[in-house]
Amino acid sequence: MNFDLSQEHQMIRKTMKEFADKVVAPGAIERDRTKAFPKEIFKQLADMGMMGLPFSEEYGGAGADTISFAIVTEELSRACASTGITYSAHISLGGAPLNLFGTEEQKHKYLTPICTGETFGAFGLTEPNAGSDAGGTQTRAVEDGDDFVINGSKVYITNASYAKHLAITAITGEVDGKKEISAIIVPTDAEGFTVIDNYEKMGLNASNTTELVLENVRVPKENLLGKRGEGFRQFLVTLDGGRIGIGAMAVGIAQAAFDRALRYSKERKQFGKPLSDFQITQFKLADMAMKIELARTMVYKAAWLKDQGRPFSKEASMCKLYASEIAMQIADQAVQIHGGYGYMKEYEVERYMRDAKLCEIGEGTSEVQRMVIARLIGC
Amino acid sequence: MNIYVLVKRTFDTEEKIVVSGGKIQEDGAEFIINPYDEYAIEEAIQVRDAHGGEVTVLTMGGEDAEKQLRTALAMGADKAVLINTEDDLDEMDQFTAAQILADYLKDKNPDLILAGNVAIDGGSGQVGPRVADLLDINYVTTITKLEINGTQVNIVRDVEGDSEVLETSLPLLVTAQQGLNEPRYPSLPGIMKAKKKPLDEVELDDLDIDEDDVEAKTETIEIYLPPKKEAGRVLQGDLSNQVQELVQLLRTEAKVV
Repeated sequence: MNFDLSQEHQMIRKTMKEFADKVVAPGAIERDRTKAFPKEIFKQLADMGMMGLPFSEEYGGAGADTISFAIVTEELSRACASTGITYSAHISLGGAPLNLFGTEEQKHKYLTPICTGETFGAFGLTEPNAGSDAGGTQTRAVEDGDDFVINGSKVYITNASYAKHLAITAITGEVDGKKEISAIIVPTDAEGFTVIDNYEKMGLNASNTTELVLENVRVPKENLLGKRGEGFRQFLVTLDGGRIGIGAMAVGIAQAAFDRALRYSKERKQFGKPLSDFQITQFKLADMAMKIELARTMVYKAAWLKDQGRPFSKEASMCKLYASEIAMQIADQAVQIHGGYGYMKEYEVERYMRDAKLCEIGEGTSEVQRMVIARLIGC
Repeated sequence: MNIYVLVKRTFDTEEKIVVSGGKIQEDGAEFIINPYDEYAIEEAIQVRDAHGGEVTVLTMGGEDAEKQLRTALAMGADKAVLINTEDDLDEMDQFTAAQILADYLKDKNPDLILAGNVAIDGGSGQVGPRVADLLDINYVTTITKLEINGTQVNIVRDVEGDSEVLETSLPLLVTAQQGLNEPRYPSLPGIMKAKKKPLDEVELDDLDIDEDDVEAKTETIEIYLPPKKEAGRVLQGDLSNQVQELVQLLRTEAKVV
């Protein structure tokens, strides 16, 4: 048993901590207000070789492990959760399915530009009537000669405005009365493909969340990603990895909220002493520190299992579920400790609270995580 | 070009310094590359990229300094050397450090040696110039610009906020001032490759140095933290009374007149 991060992990953490504090944090309030996508930050991350972090050098990646991915996602999210989720989705939803299920040719063609940062990674799964319940999928891909002709729509798709291509799920047929769902790579500039970026969100305002409309979009059959009819299973595997990313993101937000709450409670004086001298504040802060420690440990454990090539679905769900819920609690308490100031944007903690909420929803709600865990513990 | 960078492992600038038993407590503290040395590393990498050659980062101290050397390798340095003095020396000063570094460097034929202007811990700014003196090569401190053409070197150095332009020639030692460049973040591929780059460890024996010959010439008598800053006082009343009170306070309380 060894709880130490490797020398590389420590170096990645230190580098990303500095980068997050100096480059990512300063504009976070402004980007939240103006909904400006952090393009310049990602240009720098691409220069630092972070955009292809876990993927093979053959495709322009850096060949790092999942723990490194969790560290980078946590540090970015600590400074700006919009930047964190953009990164997490880029790697774990955009790049990972190509890496896992793509042919050699598809990887060179589609994964390489993701690794170099030339395009953002995205994944088109959720529909108005289908998310974790893939049975509700309505998007259809009909064979026509050598092509698929795709019709349908997707909602809440991260990064699609900045993606040159993405994998989407669609019904490709019917087997024994059940929908056959497959994943297909679609270029976003294909005729009939529209990306709509006009959601008004509660938080994560600087991240790109879009609606996709596909009207008779024609792509060659070779764009099938993985095996025909395996789209659903593939997306489950993809989401397992994505959940580690959301867990890390939640830990980052929680850490940011705790850091601010601790600092403020030492500065702010009421009734003749700092807030941190009151036991009620101390207990709040102690609980926060404990929960963050536990959540981070669980994120690392899930990431470690994944890196060992061992089953990690249960742990990924657990880390995502726990980290999201404690991030929400901690952000809430951080606002409370700040009192009236905490309700003001200037003090950042209210943003953490709005941003943290998404972690309990995206890539499987907390309820879905409990379903996954229940299934895996033998219910 | 054969380039060496003198690097020191120092306290993180964000660390709170705790003194107990006459010593600065290092337990649990974070350590970094001395920030001025980071400018030196960055400049060395840029010079190498422009003129070719090899960058070796050199430090002395204990095993722990390996971390800072690996960071320099991750930034892009080619090789690292740790002169491990952990078992041989309890105390060292600028004399000790310069003597050992110069002994190591004397048969390495460096064209260019870079160091930080000062280390943020001891802050003496002596080691660089002393090394140059021992090696009998030119040196320029607190530089903010470096241009090399052949063996000819043009330098801008910071003199208390003003700039001094000078010409010199290789071999040369320079110390880096803030403003020389913007040190890069180690890239992820750089971090991944850092472990595979050569990091040599040598001890004083390997350099034929007798520890008595490098014994510190200075002795630390006492280490203490600066006094806590007290809240200021605003004098009130009419002007002549205020002046009187001020003079009185300067005499009796501050004891400066």
